[in-house]
Amino acid sequence: MSGSKDAAHLFRFAGLFVLLFVVFLVVRHYIVPKSFGQYGHYRGAAIGEIAARPIKYAGHEACETCHVDVLDVKKAGKHAHVNCEACHGPLAKHADDPTAMTPVKPDTAVICAQCHTASAAKPKGFPQVIPDDHSTGLPCETCHKPHSPAMDNPAVAAGGAK
Amino acid sequence: MKISRRQILILLPAAAVAWKSLLAGTPEASPNYTMTDHWWSMLIDIPKCIGCGNCVRACQAENDVPDGNFRTWVERYHVSDENMTNPVVISPDGGKEGFPPVAQEDAGKYFFVPKLCNQCADSPCTQVCPVGATFTSPDGVVLVDQTYCLGCAYCVQACPYGCRYIHPVKKVADKCTLCYHRITKGLTTACCEACPTGARQLADLKNPKDPIHEFLKTHAVQILKPQMATGAKVFYNGLDGTVR
Repeated sequence: MSGSKDAAHLFRFAGLFVLLFVVFLVVRHYIVPKSFGQYGHYRGAAIGEIAARPIKYAGHEACETCHVDVLDVKKAGKHAHVNCEACHGPLAKHADDPTAMTPVKPDTAVICAQCHTASAAKPKGFPQVIPDDHSTGLPCETCHKPHSPAMDNPAVAAGGAK
Repeated sequence: MKISRRQILILLPAAAVAWKSLLAGTPEASPNYTMTDHWWSMLIDIPKCIGCGNCVRACQAENDVPDGNFRTWVERYHVSDENMTNPVVISPDGGKEGFPPVAQEDAGKYFFVPKLCNQCADSPCTQVCPVGATFTSPDGVVLVDQTYCLGCAYCVQACPYGCRYIHPVKKVADKCTLCYHRITKGLTTACCEACPTGARQLADLKNPKDPIHEFLKTHAVQILKPQMATGAKVFYNGLDGTVR
C-alpha cells in the first residue's frame, strides 16, 4: 500500500477532471433544450410548435357545414370535385367567425381563365377556351353558373359555342 | 482501492445531474393525434395537372412564403421529338400566375410537373445539419426547427430536388412542411385543398384505408431521382423519363 501515497497527486488531478465534468454537465443542462433528443437528434418540442401554426384555408368540410345549398348545386355539376377555396381563396377567418370577414366574390372573368384558358400543354380532355374569342369579354357567369357550369340550353352546351 | 468521502461528495452530485439530464424532455402531442400512427406522403397525378398555379398561390398564402421563394412550384416541360434528352423546362415565378401560351405547331409534347419537398425517409438534407435543426418527424415529415437553425444553408445545398431556401427575413432554412399544422388537425394540405383537378393528393401510407394503396397497386408510379436513394415519398403518376 506504499504506492497509494505516492499516487496522491494523481487523485488530485482526477478530482479536477471530475469537477470540470460536473461543471460541463451543469452548463449542458441549462444550454440544451429540455426536449432535445426526445425523438432523435433534434428538439422534440419543435414538432408541437410547427403543428400549432394557424391555418388559413378552412377546408371544404368547414364550408359545407353552413353552405349546404351551394354544396347541393355543386355536387350535381362538373365542379363537384373542385373545393370551395380553390376559387374563393383562404377563408379560415370566415369559417371561425362568419361576421369577422365577408368573402369577396371572385371575378369570373379572371378566376375561370386561370384554369380554362386554352393551352396545348394542358391535358386534352380538359375543357379549354380562348377567352377573348369565346365570350368577347363578357364575364363567364353571364352564361355559366360557376358552381354548376354546364349551360341550361342543351344545344349550346352540346357545342354551339366552343 | 477505497473511494474517499471527498470523492463521493464530488461524484454524487455529478451523477445526480447526469441522471436529471437523461430524464429531461417533455412529451409534446396534439390531442387526438398520434404521430406513430401516420407516415405521410403525397401523390402527384401528372396527367391531371393543368398548370393553373392554384397550389403555388395556396401554399404562399397558407405558409406566408416570401415572394420569389417557393415551397411548391410547377414546371412546364417541353420535350421535342428530335431532342428527347434535353427538355425545355420553364417555371415563370414558380408557375404562380400560369404559363405563357404554347405555339400549337411546336413539335413534341408538353406537360406540367408540380414539385415540392419529397419528404424523404433517408433525406440528405437532415443528415448534413450540424446542429440538429432539421429532422424527419416520427410521422415522416421533414421539418425545420427555425428557432434552432443557424442559417448555414448546408441543407439547401444537400437537397437534390432544390426544395429548400433561406428565408430572406428570418435568415433560416425554410421548406415545405407538408402543411404539418393542417394534417395534424385532420385537414389536407393547402395545395391539395386548392387543386381543382385532384392532381395532388395527400396520402398516409400507414392508414390501410387510404386510397393511395389501391392507386399504387394499379398504376405505374415513380419517384423523382430514385438513383439518389433518398427514400422520397412523393409519388408521381405518369412521370415522363425526361423529368429531373
